[in-house]
Amino acid sequence: MEIIIVLIFISITMAVIFLVFFIWNVKSGQYDDTYGPSVRMLFEDKSKEEIQKAAADKKAEQHN
Amino acid sequence: MELTEPFEVKTKTVCFHCGQPCNDEIITEQDKTFCCHGCRTVFEILNENNLCEYYSMDQSAGVSLRHVREESYAFLDEPEVIKKVLAFSSETFCKVQFFIPTIHCISCIWLLENLKRLNPGIIRAEVNFSRKQIVVDFNPTKISLAGVARLLAALGYSPSISLEEQKNVSPMNKALVTKLAVAGFCFGNIMLLSFPEYLGLDDADRQLRLVFSFLNLFLSVPVVFYSGQEYFTSAWKSFKQKQINIDVPIAVGLAALFLRSGFDIITHYGPGYLDSLAGLVFFLLIGRWFQSKTYDSLAFDRDYKSYFPLAVNKKVNADWRPVVVHTLEKGDIIRVRNMEIIPADSHVLSAEAYIDYSFVTGESKPVFVKAGDFIYGGGRLIGQPVEFVVEKKISQSHLTSLWNNDAFQKKEESHYKKIIDRAAQRFSWIVMGVAIITAIYWYIAAPQQMWLVFTSVLMVACPCALALAAPFTFGNMLRVFGRNGFYLKNADVIERLAAIDAVVFDKTGTVTHGTSEARFVGILSEEELGWVKAMTSSSTHPLSRAISKSIAHRTSSPISNFSEIPSKGIQATIEDHDIKVGSAALVGIEDQHKEVKSKVFVSVDGEVRGYFALETSVRQGLKNLLDRINIKWPVYLLSGDTAQEEERMKSVFPANAGMHFNQSPLEKLHFVSNLQHNGYHVMMVGDGLNDSGALKQSDVGIAVTDDTGVFTPASDGILQGNELKYLDRFLKLSRKSITILKMAFGISFFYNIITLGFAVSGHLSPLLAAILMPISSISVVGFSTLAVNWAARGVTKSKP
Repeated sequence: MEIIIVLIFISITMAVIFLVFFIWNVKSGQYDDTYGPSVRMLFEDKSKEEIQKAAADKKAEQHN
Repeated sequence: MELTEPFEVKTKTVCFHCGQPCNDEIITEQDKTFCCHGCRTVFEILNENNLCEYYSMDQSAGVSLRHVREESYAFLDEPEVIKKVLAFSSETFCKVQFFIPTIHCISCIWLLENLKRLNPGIIRAEVNFSRKQIVVDFNPTKISLAGVARLLAALGYSPSISLEEQKNVSPMNKALVTKLAVAGFCFGNIMLLSFPEYLGLDDADRQLRLVFSFLNLFLSVPVVFYSGQEYFTSAWKSFKQKQINIDVPIAVGLAALFLRSGFDIITHYGPGYLDSLAGLVFFLLIGRWFQSKTYDSLAFDRDYKSYFPLAVNKKVNADWRPVVVHTLEKGDIIRVRNMEIIPADSHVLSAEAYIDYSFVTGESKPVFVKAGDFIYGGGRLIGQPVEFVVEKKISQSHLTSLWNNDAFQKKEESHYKKIIDRAAQRFSWIVMGVAIITAIYWYIAAPQQMWLVFTSVLMVACPCALALAAPFTFGNMLRVFGRNGFYLKNADVIERLAAIDAVVFDKTGTVTHGTSEARFVGILSEEELGWVKAMTSSSTHPLSRAISKSIAHRTSSPISNFSEIPSKGIQATIEDHDIKVGSAALVGIEDQHKEVKSKVFVSVDGEVRGYFALETSVRQGLKNLLDRINIKWPVYLLSGDTAQEEERMKSVFPANAGMHFNQSPLEKLHFVSNLQHNGYHVMMVGDGLNDSGALKQSDVGIAVTDDTGVFTPASDGILQGNELKYLDRFLKLSRKSITILKMAFGISFFYNIITLGFAVSGHLSPLLAAILMPISSISVVGFSTLAVNWAARGVTKSKP
């Protein structure tokens, strides 16, 4: 039966680790905005060159 | 990039930018239609900068710019203001946080975070969607703070800036969530470790029992000293004031449980009652969290300063400089531009001016003033810039004095909170007394039973269910109201709503729509009407806007020679016809019938064709509402207008309703306070600042709005204009919530009395008492939540 005590200590230690993680998450503001990050990751990151290229394309289009 | 084509909704054209139907005018640009110039400008900006992805993310993502008040943000150039607004600043890096109420979709996030593509001075922008906030990092050598604000405003995302609004509520909430997490964690583990005890352990497992008990004790320390800390501090504070509040029995209960359990465990007497202790704290905190969640969704407190232009142009050594309004002194010369608000009582310096006092009196007809006239602050200038000499400092000004009226300091105390506290106070004394008497009795009768019975009595009688009933009932009701377009300042308002027995209505904007309806009397062809629409839509005058809106026919003919003659009207040439729209003087006739309505005459080639009569329309369903309310309570009408509308109001209001015209804001306030002196609980339904004194004076002040972005600080609640006709249902619901609350109290008391009986007679073990206690809390909370939703279903379902 001694093994059960060891197991319980292990399980509580793990649970405490998760609790600490959760508290850390709350403190660092990860729950402040629950909607923004979910859509932000879908935005395409355009490099500067791409943006400039698009602008140049557009200018050319307008000149035609 | 591909752009979605504008779609047609039968006859209505929809704005490509904001998706709202184009009523007033249609502006076409690159095959796309726009409802106003503002929307078109935003599209142009985005198009130029290749940001049209904006439109491909969410249908009609744009924010309509039709109703946006133009602001110059010049005050953001003042070093004093900059210092207050900026979160961080250095030579080349500044950080600012703005609240932007119009953030509403994915596209908003995308566009705002790509702000740096619109202006190289912006380093980074990050949106917090839930709080509708944006944090902008920018380089002050490339773009000024005012520049950032103007850039945002130009896109339809006007930041709302108030210098007093610099407080953050989130730290408190974060602490609560952390406390809740700790309590929940410990509660779960303690329950788990108590299971063997529930099932019964043999003496052979003594060692296990011991380990479990000490683990439980160890786990309960953070529950009591961290999660439950607030109850102890609150109880201690009330002790210091020689009072007993609701937190005292809770604190005593917690302390008794903890000490008793600790004693039991350390002396190897038994396992204690730590499971119920942790559960109790956990449930109490859930209730508190629920409460703060509902309050959070109604961030309400705003300063009146946010309604005034914070800066004004002041003459300094023949030069105009923006200064903060509060620094104005008597004798200062200020210049106010079109659509800006005159910040102080002053004399007019320029030859003439038009001032729209709708902000103060509810009247939308601009008032004409000439050089030397004295004017009160709060009016909005219409037309060309005008210079004023300040007469009174802002703090002494007429409007501010109204705001500073005692009425604003409404006694914000909750009747039921008082009842709970008083009941709890008595209850606590009684409980303590009963517990001690019982303990003495058992000490004599059976000493080994004493501690057990004493703890049972304390635990079972702890009126925690009482403490939960009110926040849950009112909190749920707040949400139900909010879902139905009625937003209350806090839960206490529901209580006051339930006591209402007299209802006072303001006329403009409440009984009648804010927007005027124009009716044409005379002869004009369809095409000519189209011309008039084209002309009036080019003018920003309120009457022009109303006329423009009333005409459906559109013309594509170009307008030439357009000119706007202040105080008279507008004229233009369309298809070689000379058209004038304006006053009788403009079209060259004398108005024989001096009727009450506003008239706008139209002449084509010098021939008068008729006039537009402008009227405000009564809200739909209002008559029925008034009749329904009038069955139970008196109804009153207050109006700042002349008695001209009396006939029409008589057709809407019940015969016995009191009607009072020509009421100044102060008279409205006095009227409400008189009613209160006669013993009535008055509800004031108004629209804005002209009755804000009365709103505040009343027991419940409701601001009716057709645009939820606008509200007055004086009101206790905001009601959407189209929901006004259901006002009586909200009143009924608030009465029901009081009934529900009383029933919840009843259940709680009933439970307490019954179990107390068992506990005193020693038939209830502390363990059972501790299990029953959270169950009683849950049953009360469950009852109030279910009952509120059931009551709300009954009321909102019957909506036609």
